[in-house]
This record gives sequence, structure tokens and C-alpha cells, in this order.
Amino acid sequence: MKWLQKSKPIKLLSVLVLCLVAVFSMTACGQTNNNQPEAGNEGQGSKLSGSIEIDGSSTVYPITEAVAEEFMTKNPNVMVTVGVSGTGGGFKRFIKGETDINDASRPIKDSEAQEAKDNGIEYVPMTVAYDGITVVVNKDNNWVDKLTVEELKKIWEPGSSVKKWSDIRSNWPDEEIKLYGPGTDSGTFDYFTEEICGEEGASRSDYMASEDDNQLVQGVAGDKYALGYFGYAYYSENTDKLKAVAIDNGEGAIEPTMETINNGSYVPLSRPIFIYVSKKSLKRPEVKEFVKFYMENASRLSREVGYVNAPNSVYQENLSKIN
Amino acid sequence: MNRQVDSATLSGGKLMNRQEEMFTPRLKSRQLRNAIFKWIFFGANVVGLLALVLLLGDVVRDSWGWLDWDFITSFPSRFPEKAGIKAALFGTIWLMVITALVAIPVGVATAVFLEEYARKNRFYAAIQTNISNLAGVPSIVYGILGLTIFVRWMMLGRSILAGGLTMALLILPIIIVAAQESLRSIPNSWRHASLALGATRWQTIRYVVLPASLPGILTGVILALSRAIGETAPLIPVGALTFIMTVPKDFMDPFTVLPIQIYNWTSRPQDEFRCIAAAGIIVLLIVLLSMNATAIFLRNKYQKKVVE
Repeated sequence: MKWLQKSKPIKLLSVLVLCLVAVFSMTACGQTNNNQPEAGNEGQGSKLSGSIEIDGSSTVYPITEAVAEEFMTKNPNVMVTVGVSGTGGGFKRFIKGETDINDASRPIKDSEAQEAKDNGIEYVPMTVAYDGITVVVNKDNNWVDKLTVEELKKIWEPGSSVKKWSDIRSNWPDEEIKLYGPGTDSGTFDYFTEEICGEEGASRSDYMASEDDNQLVQGVAGDKYALGYFGYAYYSENTDKLKAVAIDNGEGAIEPTMETINNGSYVPLSRPIFIYVSKKSLKRPEVKEFVKFYMENASRLSREVGYVNAPNSVYQENLSKIN
Repeated sequence: MNRQVDSATLSGGKLMNRQEEMFTPRLKSRQLRNAIFKWIFFGANVVGLLALVLLLGDVVRDSWGWLDWDFITSFPSRFPEKAGIKAALFGTIWLMVITALVAIPVGVATAVFLEEYARKNRFYAAIQTNISNLAGVPSIVYGILGLTIFVRWMMLGRSILAGGLTMALLILPIIIVAAQESLRSIPNSWRHASLALGATRWQTIRYVVLPASLPGILTGVILALSRAIGETAPLIPVGALTFIMTVPKDFMDPFTVLPIQIYNWTSRPQDEFRCIAAAGIIVLLIVLLSMNATAIFLRNKYQKKVVE
């Protein structure tokens, strides 16, 4: 019995030691690897250091990620982190002063602005790109040439009576229309309902909803009688499977393309997306340099990740705000 | 052979008849039922196995050619071919170590108290019901709790420590319930024997009850950690990031984890991102399997010891 008593604690001890070793080896690993980029970029010489905290919309995330990636290869001592708590979740942190920059797919709400004011947080909103909400149908759909805003409203408004394509225009097929759209947590949903149905959140609810835009793409691509809407980037990556519908706002039908979204003629479904920068953070050189870098490169980088860049004048105007 | 059977039937003919009157063996139908149930149980296995094979096949096919050493050692990037999983991989390992170091001791200690010390009164029943119910609470609720308690109130900030503590809370009920079941399965005669030899209650727990129940406890730990490693919902309110170019160096560092990185990649418009998401899933599976293998190794080791 006595030997048993002695051997057990040793066993437990060895397990604990193993755990500690694991933690230490991870720490060591992290440090060595962490030094690599710094060593690799020696000579490019940047005195900036510190960290920049960004949170917010997952729609804006790809652009901010691209900018952060580029910025950190040039300024390896600045640590930029980006979260995706959503526009609203990000603003909750931003107006408490917890983050330096918030990615936003909609302008700040009055209630959020008020709370920011109460907390003494001042900010600069900046447009970084445009996102065109695209109405899509199946590739084999040969009857839809365009839709007017009224027709879209008729289809999507709460309590809509549209069940078949022929309910929209009588010469369209007498087949059931299958609707696909984003779920209610999405900024795209908020924007679409406000622009088309006249009130944010006002939508019929008997459609296939998904927060994952790729599922909507699959849904519309697999059903001849489907109609759906989502962000332009998801259409531009899938032009071989989908057909974008031109939207008529009373001034002729406009198809969503890089050009029409960029020059503002694709109305009303093109929306600006923003970053909100805290004025207090802007006083730090690394944040100021980051925002400057953002505006100088947003045009190229937003296109690279599938968004539509804003006109150059917008970026110039943003740059003038920080100087 | 034939002759023997014949003579046996002849001599015992009367006896057989009498037996048949009292008891009908219905051999045919019983054997048929036996076979049917065997196939039902086998079929149940096939359902799970088939789903797993299809899932794995799909993931492996998607990730083919994307999973290489560069993928493991690179940080996230907007270019799928340059993007890697390093920050998330290290984040997950750190998070699991913290979660295990907190949840296992606390969970087992709670179970020991409830089973070995606590009187079985109303208070006990109330705690018991609560623990079972906590196991079914949606994980996002733990995230909000973690944000309030660990991030804001205890001022841990959006650190990996806050994330690990939140995860530990999430899996505590699972560990407690599994450990309790395991402790209950130890016959009381063992405890009595130990106490009769003059051992204190603590000595009994330490040298008799815990070693014998360790295999069951470890099974619970495997289930609990497997759940924690795949969770994203509770970590997002606590502040797990998506883009980060460093790995955690101490408990207060910001972090991200594999499932968050994977989820972000699956929701991107470009097809290539879904391939690296699949590669990320394979990495996650490998981490999960090696973690469980460690627990299973420990379990087998102690199982043998008890048999001796």
C-alpha cells in the first residue's frame, strides 16, 4: 500500500509537468515565429509601433483584412487585429471607446450616436467602398429582362400576394416563384427592405432565408423559378451560374456592374459601406498612418476582394478629414 | 449418425411430446427476431458511419492540394493561396489547455463533493437539477455571461484567458454529470472496506474511489473538450478575433480559434476560400483527435491498473 501511495503523486506530477512543457514550448514557438516577419522586413524601416483594434461588420471585413495585411507587411511593429461582431455589435464596443475603428455596413444609428456623445467618443465616418445589392435569377430564366422598384416591392412587401411569376406580369410563366434572401440579422436585409419596402425590416417572411450568402447562391443556381438578392460580390463570383436582373427606378433599367455601382447610377440598391474612426485614436501616429494607408489603397483592394470601389474624390475627401 | 438420431427419437418420443405440450420453443420466429434486431442495430451504425464517411470524403476532396506546411505556418491573408491557419491553430491549443486546466479540476471536485460528501437533501436536489439544465443552455448565453463577468467585471479584457474561462463554464456541467455517473458506479462496499481499514474519507476518495472512476471521468472530459473545440458562438461576444497576425504569447493576449477562422472562410464569395476552409476543418479534426487520443491513452492506462 505504501508504494502505491508514493507512486500516484509522481504520476499526477508528471502529467502536470507535461502540461507545463506543452505551454512553454508553445510560448517559445510563438516567439521565434513572431520574430520572423520583423527580421524579414528589416530595412524597410518604419518607426511606427503599437496596436490598432478594429471590430464590426463582416461585410466590410474582407476590405479591412486586405488593408491590414498590406499595412502590416510595411509596418511590422504595428499589430492590427480585426473582429467580426457585426455592425451593431462593433458599434457597442466602439462607442465605449474599446476599439479604434469600427467596420460598418450602415451609418451609425441615432441611439448609438447619442451614447457615443455621452461617453465623450468623437468619430469620423469614412466611405470605403460600395456594395451593390444584386437581384438575381437562374441562368435558365429567359423571361425576366428587368424589374421595376414597384414590382420588387410587390414581391417582397409584408403580406405579398405574389405566389407565381404570372402574378408579377401576366405574360410570365404560370409557375411558383421561389424566393431566396438574407436573414433578418443581415445589413443587406436592412438596406434592401428600407429601400424597396420603405421601412427597415419590412419584408414577407415566407422565403428561404440564410445568413450564409453562398447558400443563397446555391439555392438560386439550382432552381429555374427562383429569385433572390444578396451582395454584389457573391454575384460577381458566380456569373456563370446566375443572371443579374436590371433594376428600373423610373429612369430606365440599370444592370449592376462595377461601373454603374461606382458612378451611382445603379439606384436604389447601391449602398456605401464605412469605417468609423475614433478621433481620440486618430491622435496616435500608427492609427493615423493606418487610416491614411486605408484611403490610399481602398480603391485597389476593395476591387481585389470583390467589392466596388468608391470614386477617387471620396477617398480624397476622407484623407482631408484626417489632416 | 442417422441410426443414433433415430433411436434417440424413438426412445424419447414420449418425453419430447410432453415437453412440447408444456413449452413451445418457436425457434424459427425467435431466431428471425434475433436476426432482425441484429440488422436494426447494425443499420443504426451504418447511418452514422455513412454520414461520417461522406462528410470526410467531401472535406478531403475540397481541401486536396491546399493543406500543406505553408498553410499551417501562415497567417490569414486575402489571397487564399497565401492564407494560413497558424494564429487560429495556436489560439485553439492555448484555449483548450486553459479550458482543460480550469474545467477538469473544478468539475471533478464538484462531482466528488456532490457524490461523496453532500447530504442528499433538497439543496442537493436543487443543485443537481440546475447542473443538468445548465448542460442544455445555448452556448451564446455563456458568451454573454463571459463578456459580463470575465471581460468587463474581472477586467480580463478580450484575452485568451477570458475566452478559456468562458469555455470552461460551458463544459463544466458535462464534466460534472459524467464524473458523478462514474463515481456512482463504484460499489459502496469498496468505500466501506477502505473506511474499515482506518482510512479517512479523503484517503478513500484519493486512493480507492477516484482511481477506479477515472476512466469514466476521462470519457466525460473527452466529450466536453470535443464540444468546446468546435464552439464559436460563446467566443465572439468575449472578443475572439478573425484577423490577427500573431500567436498568443501569454494569457492576456488577443486570439482567434479554428472554428471562427473556418466559418469566416466558408462565408466568403470566392470558391478558393471554401477549399482552405476544408483544409482548416482537417487541421481541426487532427487537433481534436490527438487531444482525444491523449485522454484515451490515459484512460486505458488506468483501466488496466484497476483490473490488476
